[in-house]
Formats: sequence, C-alpha cells, structure tokens
Amino acid sequence: MVIDEKRDVMDTEIRNGTIIRVTGPVVEADNMSGCRMYESVKVGNAGLIGEIIILEGDRATIQVYEETTGLVPGEPVVRTYLPLSVELGPGLIGTMYDGIQRPLEEILKQSGDMIERGSSAPALNRTKKYKFRPLVKPGEKVGPGDRLGCVRELVAIIHYILVPPGVSGTVESIVGEGEYTITDSIAVLLSGSEKKSLTMVQRWPVREPRPVQERLDPIEPLLTGQRIIDTLFPLARGGTAAIPGPFGSGKTVVQQQLAKWVNADIIIYIGCGERGNEMADVLEEFPTLKDPRTGYTLSSRMVLIANTSNMPVAAREASVYTGITIAEYYRDMGYHVALMADSTSRWAEAMREISGRLEEMPGEEGYPAYLSSRLADFYERAGRVSLIGSGRHEGSISVIGAVSPPGGDFSEPVTQNTLRIVKVFWALDADLAYQRHFPAINWLMSYSLYSGIAGSWWENYVGPGFIQIKQEMMEILQRENELEEIIRLVGPETLPESDRLLLLKAEIIRESYLMQYAFDEFDTFTGPKKQYHMLTSIFSFFKRAETAIETGVTVAQLREHPIVERFARMGSASPEEEESLFEAIDKDIKSIRELKGMV
Amino acid sequence: MDISSRIYTGVSKVVGPLMVIDGVEGIGYGEIAEIMLPGGETRIGQVLETTTTRALVQVFRGTRDLDTELTKVRFRGEPMKISLSSDMLGRTFDGSAQPVDGGGLVIPESIRDIYGSPINPAAREHPRNSIQTGISSIDGMNTLVRGQKLPIFSGAGLPHNLLASQIARQAKVTGQKEKFAVVFAAMGITYEESAFFIREFEESGALERTVLFLNLADDPAIERIITPRLALTTAEYLAFDKGMHVLVILTDLTNYCESLREIAAAREEVPGRRGYPGYIYTDLASLYERAGRIRGREGSITQIPILTMPDDDITHPVPDLTGYITEGQIVLSRELHRKGIYPPVDILPCLSRLMQGGIGQGRTRADHAEVKNQLYSAYARGVRLKSLVAVMGEEGLTPLDTMYLRFCDRYETDFINQASYEDRSFEDTFSIAWDLLSLLPRSELKRISQEYIDLYYHGEEGGVCKGP
Ligand SMILES: Nc1ncnc2c1ncn2[C@@H]1O[C@H](COP(=O)(O)OP(=O)(O)OP(=O)(O)O)[C@@H](O)[C@H]1O
Ligand SMILES: [Mg+2]
Repeated sequence: MVIDEKRDVMDTEIRNGTIIRVTGPVVEADNMSGCRMYESVKVGNAGLIGEIIILEGDRATIQVYEETTGLVPGEPVVRTYLPLSVELGPGLIGTMYDGIQRPLEEILKQSGDMIERGSSAPALNRTKKYKFRPLVKPGEKVGPGDRLGCVRELVAIIHYILVPPGVSGTVESIVGEGEYTITDSIAVLLSGSEKKSLTMVQRWPVREPRPVQERLDPIEPLLTGQRIIDTLFPLARGGTAAIPGPFGSGKTVVQQQLAKWVNADIIIYIGCGERGNEMADVLEEFPTLKDPRTGYTLSSRMVLIANTSNMPVAAREASVYTGITIAEYYRDMGYHVALMADSTSRWAEAMREISGRLEEMPGEEGYPAYLSSRLADFYERAGRVSLIGSGRHEGSISVIGAVSPPGGDFSEPVTQNTLRIVKVFWALDADLAYQRHFPAINWLMSYSLYSGIAGSWWENYVGPGFIQIKQEMMEILQRENELEEIIRLVGPETLPESDRLLLLKAEIIRESYLMQYAFDEFDTFTGPKKQYHMLTSIFSFFKRAETAIETGVTVAQLREHPIVERFARMGSASPEEEESLFEAIDKDIKSIRELKGMV
Repeated sequence: MDISSRIYTGVSKVVGPLMVIDGVEGIGYGEIAEIMLPGGETRIGQVLETTTTRALVQVFRGTRDLDTELTKVRFRGEPMKISLSSDMLGRTFDGSAQPVDGGGLVIPESIRDIYGSPINPAAREHPRNSIQTGISSIDGMNTLVRGQKLPIFSGAGLPHNLLASQIARQAKVTGQKEKFAVVFAAMGITYEESAFFIREFEESGALERTVLFLNLADDPAIERIITPRLALTTAEYLAFDKGMHVLVILTDLTNYCESLREIAAAREEVPGRRGYPGYIYTDLASLYERAGRIRGREGSITQIPILTMPDDDITHPVPDLTGYITEGQIVLSRELHRKGIYPPVDILPCLSRLMQGGIGQGRTRADHAEVKNQLYSAYARGVRLKSLVAVMGEEGLTPLDTMYLRFCDRYETDFINQASYEDRSFEDTFSIAWDLLSLLPRSELKRISQEYIDLYYHGEEGGVCKGP
C-alpha cells in the first residue's frame, strides 16, 4: 500500500461525522459512510486522534488514543483519509515516542510535565538539516527499496533513503551532496508521463507489514552477552522469543540487558503499559553506556516507544505496531534490528479492554477471539529476510516479547498463545527471583529452537567442544533436580560420593555461570570468548574432580578448595583481572591431584 | 450554557450504584452530575457513558432513597474537581473532600481535575534518594527511595498499620532537612484503624503536616473510587507546586477494588479474573503511576499503598496487579507474626526495584548491594534447609548446613525483628548484617568482594566448618 501524501488535501468537500456515544476510549459516530476501516480520524472539538475499528452502514466505532473525558455527543468527527500510520525518515533514532508516535520530548516542551489532551507535534524534526549523499544518478531506473542516497543519523547510523514501496521510475533529477531537511525534495522520478518528487520522509500504515522479497531462515545466533541465554537458550538473528514471568521476576531487566548488549544494529524498545520510571531509567542510563562493538553510545542506535500504564489504553494497543513498523523500516535498509516489547500482556489487555467496550463475544478469560491471530501477526513481522530493491540486501528483525501472566500462571491465554508462535522460551521463576538468583530463567522449563544454529556457530567461530559441554551442563542440571527429589524423600546421608560431586557441579554451574548480576560493571556482559573460557575451565575442573574422587578425595575437600570461590568471581572479573584469575584456576585444576595425600 | 437547561427531572432506571437518565442532550463523558433527592439531599455522580439522548451515571454516595420521578439531576459540564490549598495541611476531609473537622471550606489556591493527566515519561526524573526508614528489613534489604511506590502486602490481623505509621514517623533522607507532608487516604477501613493513624500522626507531631481523606467502613463504597484521586491530586499539588516531599499512604486498596468490581457488576460487564473487571490494571495504574519525581521540580511523591491479601494469597488479582505496577512490595508473613517477630516482613518475596539506584557509595554504603545479595542467598538457603529439617530432622546435615540454620534463626530474631519505636540508622543495620554474615565461613560469602570481607568480616578465620 502506498499512501499518497496529497490525499489528505482533498479537493472534494470534507464531510464530518457526528459523535453519538462515548464510553471510555470507545466512541461511536454516525454519518460516517465512505470511511475506510482503520482510517484515522479526529474526534470531537478537541481533535483527539482516533482510528475506525468497526464500520456498520453509516456508523463507525472509533478507538480514541487520548483521554475522552469531556467529549459530548453531537461533536464532530473529522476524517483524515489516511490509515493510522507512522512517519519514517531520519530523526527516529534517539527519540522517545508515545504509542502513536508523538515525540514525548517535543510534547513536554509544548504542554509541560503532564501530557495534555490534544497535544501534537510532528514525529520527525522538520527543520533539522541532514547531510545527504546521493547514491543514484539521473537516468537510472529505480524501484521500491532501492537506495537513493544516505544521511548520517546521530553519527552512529548510516540512514539509507529508500524508494518507498509501490514507487518506481527513472531518476529524472537528484540533488547533489549537501544539507537538506526531511521535507526538501531530493529526487524526481519519472514513470511514464508521471513525475513524482521524493523527500527523505515516507509514511506507512502501522498495521500493514512492509513488503519483503523473501523470508529466510535464521542462520546465526543473536548474541546477548547473557550467559544462560547465549549458552543454553540462544536467540537467533531474525528469531522470536518470549519471556514470561510473575511480577518482579526480571522480565524488564532481561529486556534492558538485551537492549544494551545484543549485537544488533538498531534497537526498538517498546514500553507497553509499564512503568514511567523504567522509561526514565532507560533515558538516563543508555546515553552513558557504550556499545562494545561500535564505541558509540547505546542511545544512538535506539528508538524508544513509551506508552506507560497510565497513558491512554488505545495508544497502548497501537504502540507495538508503531514499534514494529519502525523496525521494518530500518530492516529495509539492511540492518539487523532487535525489538523488545515490555509487556505484550499489557497490549493484549488493551485489546481486551477495547473489545469489552465493544461488547464483543469474549473468548478465553475475556480476551477477544482474535487474540491469537493478532499475536501471530505481530511475531510474523520478525524474521530474517531478503529485501526488496536491487541491492539483494538482507536484513532481520528479532522480537523479544515479555509476557506478564496473572498470578505467574503460564497456563493463561496470552502466554499459551505466544508459546505457540515463538521459538525461544525463557521461563522466569519466582523462586529463583526470591533467592536473588538472576536472571531467574528456569533452566528446566526454558527452551530454544535455535540451539542447532547456535551450536554450530560456536563450534566454528569460538571453540571446539561447545556442544558437548552444553549437553553435559544440561544433564548435570537435570540430574540435580532428580537428586533433590531423592533428598527430600530419604535425606542426604545416603548419597554416594559421585552424587555429591554432581551436586557440587550443579552448584558451580548455577552460581558461577548461570547467575549473572546485571548491575555489576563487568558481570553485566560476557562476550562469547569469555563464556567459552569460563565453560572450559569449569568443565576441565569437573573432569579432574571425577578422577580425584575415584582416588579417594572427598567432595567436602573439593568444596573447600579455593577454586570454587574463584569460579564465583569469574563473571565479575574485569578484563585485566581475568587473565590472572583464569591462570590461577588452571593451577588449581592441576593441584587437584595433590589433594589425595591429604585424606 | 444556560444552567437550567442542564437540569433534568426524573430518572429512567436505577441499578445498584448506577442510574440512567433519558431525554438528555449534550452530556459530556466523565462529567459530574449533582443528584438532588426529593428530601433535599444532594449527591455527586459521574457520567460513565453518554449517548445523544441518554446518560449513565455512577452515584458516589449510593443510590439509596433515589426515586425515578422526583429526583433532579443537574449536569455540571465539567469533570470532578478539587479545591487545593496549602492550608489543607492539618485538615481532615471525608472521602469526597468535604471537611469533617469543623473547619471551613478550603479557600482554593488552585482547582484541579482529580483524574489528572499522565506524567510525560520524558519529564520524569529517575528516583535516587534513598530514605532511611529506620527499619532494617526495609533499609538493608529493600531500600525505599523518594518518589517510589512501594506497597505493603498484608493480611487481615497483621500489623501493617503499625509498620506504615512507623515508616511515616521515622522516614528521613539523611543529611537533609526538607519540607515534608503526609497525605493519608482511607478507603473502607474501620474507625478504629483510622483513629490509630490519627493518634500516631498526632503523637509524632506530623498531624499538622498531614492531610486526611477518610472514607471509613460505613461510608458509601462507591465513594472509594474518588477518595484516592482526591488524595493524589492534593499530593501532586503539594509536591510539584509547593515543593514538598509527600508521603502518600493509601489504605486499603482491596476495598477500592471491591468498589470497582461492584460498578462493573452493575454494568453487567464481562468479568475478568475472580469477577474483577478487565480494566482493573489500567485503573490501578492511574493511581500508582501518580508517584515519582519530575525533572527540575523540588518535591516528590512517595506512595505506600496498603492492601490486605484475601486469604493471604499473593496471586489474588489485587496484590498481583499491584505488584505488576508498583516498584516492588513489602510482604508481611503470618508465620513470622505468630513467632512474635515485628515487623513480620517476609523477606524473600519482597522487592524494591529502585533500590539499586539509591544505594552504594555516597548514598548508603559501598558494600550495601553485595551485603544484601549475600543475605538474600544465605537466608534463602537457610529457609530451604529449614523446610527439609521439618520433614526429616537434623540428621545428615553437614556442619555447614547447621551454620546456615543458625544464621537463618538469628537473621529473623536480630535483623528483621525490632521494636516499633526502634529507629536504626543504615550503619546500625549494616553492623547487624555483618554480625550475622560472620556466623558463616568466609568462603561462603561468594557474593561479596574481597575488600569488603577484609574490612567488615569478623567470623572465625579460615572459615573451617566446625560443628555447632
Ligand atoms: N539480572 C539481574 N541482576 C540483578 N538483579 C536483577 C536481575 N534481574 C532482575 N533483577 C532484580 O529484580 C527486580 C525486578 O526485575 P524486573 O523489574 O525486571 O521484573 P519484571 O519481571 O519486569 O516485573 P514486572 O512484571 O512487575 O514489570 C529488579 O529491580 C532487580 O532488582
Ligand atoms: Mg517489568
């Protein structure tokens, strides 16, 4: 679908509808025939932004993206002739938007600390000049997705200006290298006898996926620097993951850790119906952190969508679409985009709330029957793809959705419907969180369907034996669980020494490897090399320990060996300390054999 | 608009707390209606739904005695507002903001919509000033930060009121003397409970810095929907206009949610979990998110909502949804209460999400985060061992296990337990913490850096496990 910018300046007479009913965020209007489904409208004298969600004869039902208090039946509804859409162009990066892409910093300047109704500002700065460099010449034929030129967005990102989907022709003229605003015409395309002038900005309806050439399977892991994720339950570039858990179990911290350390080019972070202070935290912290790969600040690769829990619920419903559309736009430039949505449950609840007002037939737990198809449609917009346009470029969107099940019960509809779609499941566990074992990802419940892809990547690019180690690690954790059952039944006395060793191994894996403290300067991120080093150290100790036990060394002795404490410090060791620590560990491992004499 | 044109006589339908008025024109969504009963009494209501000719109104002080013929309804043409003034400090109001202390009406310095508008996330300042409450289980383990919303999850008969009043009395930001105020909103609590708070505020000298809004157990239930909003609008005025640090105590949110449920039932809405309406998360958020700090403004709003968990069940929708919105929770335990421990804070499920930014060097103490993590993991291990011992006795425990058991007991009796008038400094709390950690072998303190262990640990050197 192409939206012609000119369509909103219709030369035909503007016909208005009339409000006939207001209930919460839902408004009904009549005299609306001719409107289109999902058309964006301005509601009431205050001109509140709304979207048509039901059309029936002359009547339209509209969800309104702002507080509706004070709307009176009889007030007008004005058509815009456009679907709810976002503005795409340079200036997105580093900006915080609400669920319908209003720039919150601008709104703050206009209306003060509280968001007043009817506030509006263009999503992209109209006066800022960007240094444009053309990439095509007059006479060249271009089609959708082709790169016309590029600008630098906040130094870190090269922002390609693409021919919008649905547009093609011969370049009649293109501006030279220079400074332009996003609304300056930069090129004129000739298609038949029709001339089309292009700027650096385009619009796209949020509910419609942007076209791609072909969908491809993910082929490499998306590295997160989080040990339990990268090692045990990896994500892939272009993959999907869900992270459900009760309140306080660490969903937001994991999402933020990913936003910080994931090796993607662009981050879209959607705070969907969550806390205002968490957004303030991101806004304050990210500009102070550096992307370990590029050296630029983390905020200079991020777009933030903040529609907090107290902001209008319909805009919360729209926020995930706004976010994913922006993600697709950067993907179309050939980037790897990672999108975090915290929390998709709040989005689902927004759907439920609106559906309730529409008096629709409720499905499970009051959610609308279309819950599962909406969730599926959203996650379907993730993926590794080959792009439209002649460059045969590739891009990807990885989506990580937090899920907040009521009472922490995973059998509820949002969790269950999400799990049917996503390929990675990180199950957060209240008990682990209570013990402050973070990330509280339950290793027995979680899974990743990208393990195969990730495994061969590790073997090829990091070090041999990874798959074997991972396998053993899972077996140890599994076995620990069984042993704990046994202990609960018959007590610990009867355990043979070999089982006691297994418990020690599991403890080391849990406390020194899987546990990772997000607020420690160094523990917060572990690159693949260090992960591999930690793993090989731990597992060579395990080998030694097994032989030592056979020669009469006790597990109690091993437990008191300084190596156990050293393992616990590996994660938080700085790059400088690391070397000597790993050396000391190597020495310790060698010394295990000498323990025997001490019996 | 001509005022008389907005007066209607007669009501088509009354159901529970709701009434329907037909033949109206131009009624705004959310506007306030004055309902004049034949006997002369006036009640306030609010439009929940409006169409071209019909309005659905919820009546805050109930629909008792309403009749369909003679009742008059006047629509005010504006949403619910409250008159605000700094003279409200020291005053007591009912749940609809009418004075009940014999004083006159508030002479407004400002009049505001009680629903407020959402704080722009871009305007928020991330809260970082830790508050010393003098209570170890909070200060040491789940530090409260100015601008935080930290509820108390309690149960019937547990000392949540005593704890809340101790926090209100002792809370201070070390080294600073600033304007503070307390805004207290009672929703359906008993006269006795409210009298307790008033007495406490009086004795600590805080009463003259306190604004009270009281909707008690025998007051109309539907009024509870506006009481907290009146309180929070007042708090916003005092904090962001008058530069005060405001502590808001809201109690009891479970009663508030009951009232929401009642309205939903009367509207025959599709019920969500346990009969609560589907929008209860959004509704609660519209209260709790009115806490925080704003960039460039002096004051702050710190919220301590109190709720009693029906059946002590933390998965009940009210605590559950609250926990999903607030920045942590203080959970009280019936078991500890039975053991005579005050405050009976159930440490493991407690959380303060803003703690991280409020502690550490230059704020509380450099070792704070690590000490907290170590205490958490040691206590969790102790608790786990205890449940094991409960099943099969102490045989088979290693000497190390025994040490953890002893740690666990001492943690409850020495660290969590304190007197209701005992005001411990952060230093006091840390020193108890290190006494306890020193019961464990040094090598067990894996979550604490060597330098702090060297500085504060005073257990038996070498950390060799000895029997009890
Ligand atoms: N990796 C981690 N390292 C250290 N602390 C953590 C980690 N993960 C979580 N935490 C702690 O747990 C707290 C709660 O985490 P978080 O806010 O992410 O929970 P949540 O699951 O998003 O909860 P909600 O559903 O209520 O938003 C954090 O404030 C932090 O103290
Ligand atoms: Mg969260």
